[in-house]
Amino acid sequence: MSKKKEILRGAEIFCRALKDEGVKHLFGYPGGAVLHIYDALYKQDDVEHILVRHEQGATHAADGYARATGKPGVVLVTSGPGATNAVTGIATAHMDSIPLVVFTGQVPRKMIGNDAFQEVDSIGITRPCVKHNFLVKDVKVLAETIKKAFYVATSGRPGPVVVDIPKDVTADSCSYEYPKNIDMRSYRPVIKGHPGQIKRASKLILSAKKPMIYSGGGVILGEASKELTKFTQILNYPITNTLMGLGAYPATDKQFVGMLGMHGTYEANMAMHNCDVLIAIGARFDDRVTGDLEKFCPYAKIIHIDVDPSSIAKNVPVDVPIVGDVKHVLKDLNEILKSEQDKLQVNKNELKSWWDKIHEWAKIDCLKYDRTSSVIKPQFVVEKLWELTKGDAYVTSDVGQHQMWAAQFYKFDKPRRWINSGGLGTMGFGLPAAMGVKLAFPNETVACITGEASLVMCIQELSTCLQYGTPVKIIILNNRYMGMVRQWQEFFYSGRYSHSYMEALPDFVKMAESYGHMGIRVEKSSGVENALKEALSMKDKTVIMDFITDQTENVYPMIASGKGHHEMHLSSERELA
Amino acid sequence: MLLENEAGALSRVSGLFSARAFNIESLSVAPTEDPTVSRLTLVTTGSDAIVEQITKQLNKLVDVIKVVDLNEYEHVEKELLLTKLIAEKKEDHETVKRLVDTFNGRIVDVTKNLYTIEITDTCEKIDAFITTLDDRLILEVVRSGVSAISLGDKAIQS
Repeated sequence: MSKKKEILRGAEIFCRALKDEGVKHLFGYPGGAVLHIYDALYKQDDVEHILVRHEQGATHAADGYARATGKPGVVLVTSGPGATNAVTGIATAHMDSIPLVVFTGQVPRKMIGNDAFQEVDSIGITRPCVKHNFLVKDVKVLAETIKKAFYVATSGRPGPVVVDIPKDVTADSCSYEYPKNIDMRSYRPVIKGHPGQIKRASKLILSAKKPMIYSGGGVILGEASKELTKFTQILNYPITNTLMGLGAYPATDKQFVGMLGMHGTYEANMAMHNCDVLIAIGARFDDRVTGDLEKFCPYAKIIHIDVDPSSIAKNVPVDVPIVGDVKHVLKDLNEILKSEQDKLQVNKNELKSWWDKIHEWAKIDCLKYDRTSSVIKPQFVVEKLWELTKGDAYVTSDVGQHQMWAAQFYKFDKPRRWINSGGLGTMGFGLPAAMGVKLAFPNETVACITGEASLVMCIQELSTCLQYGTPVKIIILNNRYMGMVRQWQEFFYSGRYSHSYMEALPDFVKMAESYGHMGIRVEKSSGVENALKEALSMKDKTVIMDFITDQTENVYPMIASGKGHHEMHLSSERELA
Repeated sequence: MLLENEAGALSRVSGLFSARAFNIESLSVAPTEDPTVSRLTLVTTGSDAIVEQITKQLNKLVDVIKVVDLNEYEHVEKELLLTKLIAEKKEDHETVKRLVDTFNGRIVDVTKNLYTIEITDTCEKIDAFITTLDDRLILEVVRSGVSAISLGDKAIQS
């Protein structure tokens, strides 16, 4: 006999569906269109609601939570401005393929299209920056739509999904049942790679004399770090990670040649330029990675493994495409490679001369900076943080110079530790993202490496940090400039620093205190280590560390736009032939 | 292509084309024998690489069930033209009737000095019909955009 189904109101169905989906945290901000839902939230304690101070903060916090845990981040905002404020965070997640489910309130069905109070076409506005979105027009499909939203957000190439719920739908009632499985005829992501293509790829991989592995954020999203590490170590090939892929392969391992691209290492970029077989895994040939496409990997046959067919051959033609989940494909490849160990032995000598070449490039020491300076060098702060946290902290960042220094100098050995807005490049991401990470991992060290310009873009979340007890360590590399803008103006606009100077900055120490946190200002290199130690020792305090850094420091090395991997700029003093 | 017959599905398709700077030459869409599925025929231009990218991006849309590039198959393309032509002079009546005959068209309505004409043919033929007409005769032109189907045993089904 079938169990009698419960009759619930839409708002209650919402809460129950989140519970049945296993959602622990919901980042949100109330408003008129979601009042029924907030009333239902009040009456339950399965899902903890985190009240942010701005809807952008909600999406970034949920995003940070998702990047650190691998579980979808969940957001609830009201209609109109609630939805539009969330858009920057949704677009940020979309560009980096982060699973989010964002619920937006909507005006009652009969008022849709009438320019009602706080009405906006949330479906229309978010369409280009979501994986998919749904307007729930009947309470009878609410539970099923929520299930679909989670399924679409987390499967295949993940991404944000918006569910727009009119207020009257949350007041209507129907019987509740949360579907166990979902089958959508129009959405069936490919998991297994084509065996023939995998075989072709393995032959090409084994034939390489100057191989290069280039892996991206897809390896982290696909939980394939273990398989990638095994793959790389069976082969003893050099590996580089993209900005989004850092931590997928241990950065302190001898086969890791550093990040590639615009601010990647000299050895990584030179190895890209000179390789004969390029194995791209869960990466999308972004313009910041490839440099000038005309000059990209001119001698290489390219293998590309990606779960999203549209990423393959979008920017760069590929010799062996493999559509599939990177974890599955790497497992299959590892099986083949294990049984072909004999062929691996054959090219040992050729591989040795390739490694010799790479070691030669590495001798240039492209990340060199003045470690004796009494003025604080930003790189020094990041290096010290790495030392003191034993390379095991969760590090979020905002966007600009500090982001690049964090990527270059914090050596991530584990996936999901490095959390930054790589694709959209959203300033204001770092603090709310750190808060989301800390909620997921209350016992871990979470640091936000930021700049004085980025931090203030979502500074209001300091209140949320206090309210929910998420003690994060905020490290401001304060050079009183929008550093990356200043750097480009120095290089390409003859030093005309148009509107990149941060006038009238707040006193960050007092700001921290006024929000109920701790503030420390550090003005000399000699004070860096102690300040970091002090901040890290205060386990239950959010601490803002305001490091007054060298204003003229630039991020090197650099590939200017229109240049190739082999045309790097090392520093103002050091040029390459 | 076949897509879910849902509100907003069409805007996902057209939005994709504008967001990625692809070109739509014509588009026609209507439900199929299964009312939950719409069939959409879209004509676009681009290099092989662009057409490949368009196909992949369309397939990625969650509402899209199937995409087929009909150029890879033997297929037939048809377009419907409805047009109102003015016939004030006696010889205009003759011209209209002669052209309708030549182009295998049909007169669907006549008033004292207006003909409403229907022609179903390839878009090239319809172009030819319109260019043959003296501009003076044309009051109104409606074209459906191309519909197409593959020839032989193969079929596009959900």
